[in-house]
Amino acid sequence: MHGLVNRSIQRFIVDSYGAEIWGEICREADLGFDNFEAMLTYDSALTNAVLAAGCRRLKRKRANLLEDMGTYMVSHPDLVPLRRLLRFGGDTFVEFLHSLDDLHDRAALALPDLDFPQLELREHALNSYSLIYRWRQHGFGTLVLGVMRAMADDYGVLALLGHSSTLGEFGDVDTISISLVDTQFAEGRGFELGAAE
Amino acid sequence: MTQDHTLPTKALVAVPRKGPALSLAGLDMLMPLHIWIGPTGHILRVGPTLQKLRPDIEIVGRRASEFLEFRRPREVQHLDDLLAFEGQQISVLFRDPPRNSLRGLVVGLPRGQGALLNLSLGISVAEMVRNYGLNSKDFAPSDSTVEMLYLIEAQSVVLQEAKSLNSRLLGARVAAEERAFTDTLTGLKNRRALDHILNRLTNSRRRKRFGLMNVDLDYFKSVNDTYGHAAGDHVLQKAASIFVEETRAEDIVARTGGDEFVIVLMNCDDLTKLKTIADRIIERLEKPISFEGAECRISASIGTTVSSFYPTLEIDRMCSDADAALYQSKNHGRARSTIFQPAALAQPKQGLKAPEA
Repeated sequence: MHGLVNRSIQRFIVDSYGAEIWGEICREADLGFDNFEAMLTYDSALTNAVLAAGCRRLKRKRANLLEDMGTYMVSHPDLVPLRRLLRFGGDTFVEFLHSLDDLHDRAALALPDLDFPQLELREHALNSYSLIYRWRQHGFGTLVLGVMRAMADDYGVLALLGHSSTLGEFGDVDTISISLVDTQFAEGRGFELGAAE
Repeated sequence: MTQDHTLPTKALVAVPRKGPALSLAGLDMLMPLHIWIGPTGHILRVGPTLQKLRPDIEIVGRRASEFLEFRRPREVQHLDDLLAFEGQQISVLFRDPPRNSLRGLVVGLPRGQGALLNLSLGISVAEMVRNYGLNSKDFAPSDSTVEMLYLIEAQSVVLQEAKSLNSRLLGARVAAEERAFTDTLTGLKNRRALDHILNRLTNSRRRKRFGLMNVDLDYFKSVNDTYGHAAGDHVLQKAASIFVEETRAEDIVARTGGDEFVIVLMNCDDLTKLKTIADRIIERLEKPISFEGAECRISASIGTTVSSFYPTLEIDRMCSDADAALYQSKNHGRARSTIFQPAALAQPKQGLKAPEA
């Protein structure tokens, strides 16, 4: 698993529960270290061990923990870059949804060694979509659900999101259903193309 | 085959003879960074994004060459000078600061309507987008500027991470060096390693027997001063190999300072043996060491003590006693070895033999 994912788990747990608990989780998972490097790649077994230890220590279900982490990754002020890169997808939430089809390729352009889920948007009726998510890494679908919740918020859109998961031949195939209730529900956060210095 | 003749697919579409009559709004959408230059060389119209780059300037009505400095082609007096470069890359700069450069393409318009110059933000795209608050609506979706900005931003995030990884690795390396137990010049143990070993020896449950030998090279400074540091380094390496050769594998040889060494001889407190070893070391060190044609001559002063002198093992005491013996060697004219003699030394150390009370 790419270090970015592991590093995000680390930051999420440290920011939400404290460095001490993160240290305990690392020992519990028998990592032998307590700091993931974002630019290195780790065995996926380590990632799953940390998540398992985290769920035990925090008494939380993996799916819920990952969903919170997805939300954290987009909404936490320290993690502006990810949010910005997602906002490049479009000026409106609907444009953003359509840009998700390209996200896998975009991510590969920026980080060729990043193993990234395949996303595919299907439009059913006006304001009703499903996002099909495929990844050979098992059990990360709700992370994307959390990201989508936070992005809807970011655009100031009121949306109802649902999630279901199936195991396909080549890994997880999840469906995130999205129905837009109000596209101008709130102000949303601004986005300038040019990054602040 | 015959079908192609009977049902020509193109037959339903009339091939246009003239270009499309484009609305101004359509022009703005297709080319938000265009300049329409009239036959007299005056600017008739500019695209909305271009106007955003110079918000305080009335662009329309000015001569193109007053608004822009042409770099390629250089000489643009008349529209024809520009149109001579139709289809080729045009380079321009804004005349007023900041003098960002732009690239473009010029195409002549029919019926004396002048020319269209379509520009794109060149290499300074990121800076201009930031400075003028441009957003994705300011670029046609067919323009890859926004993709480029995305890439620039993604790359800079990646680069930041890579840089911080690098500096952390560097820090880890420095820390590892600090924790290292080896003297890099001679390959001997260093001071840290020696302290570690001596502590283990004294704190061990079973009492250990060992000899402790402090060695100072004599005349080393004059080798360094006369023949230079490279010669000095060579001499240190040679001395180190002599120490290693004259001791056994289980003994510890450490370089503790510039020309200071400590040898711990394990399971050995036989004073005669220790004296023999020390004298042999001195004898070998005194053989001239050649370095690039120079004959470097050194010797050594040695002070030795043994664990069996002490009812309770105290490393600091043992080291300072070995030092005392070493200084005795120095005071007696160097190039010799001395065994520390607990009883024969000064009064205050008399109490040494008695257990601490």
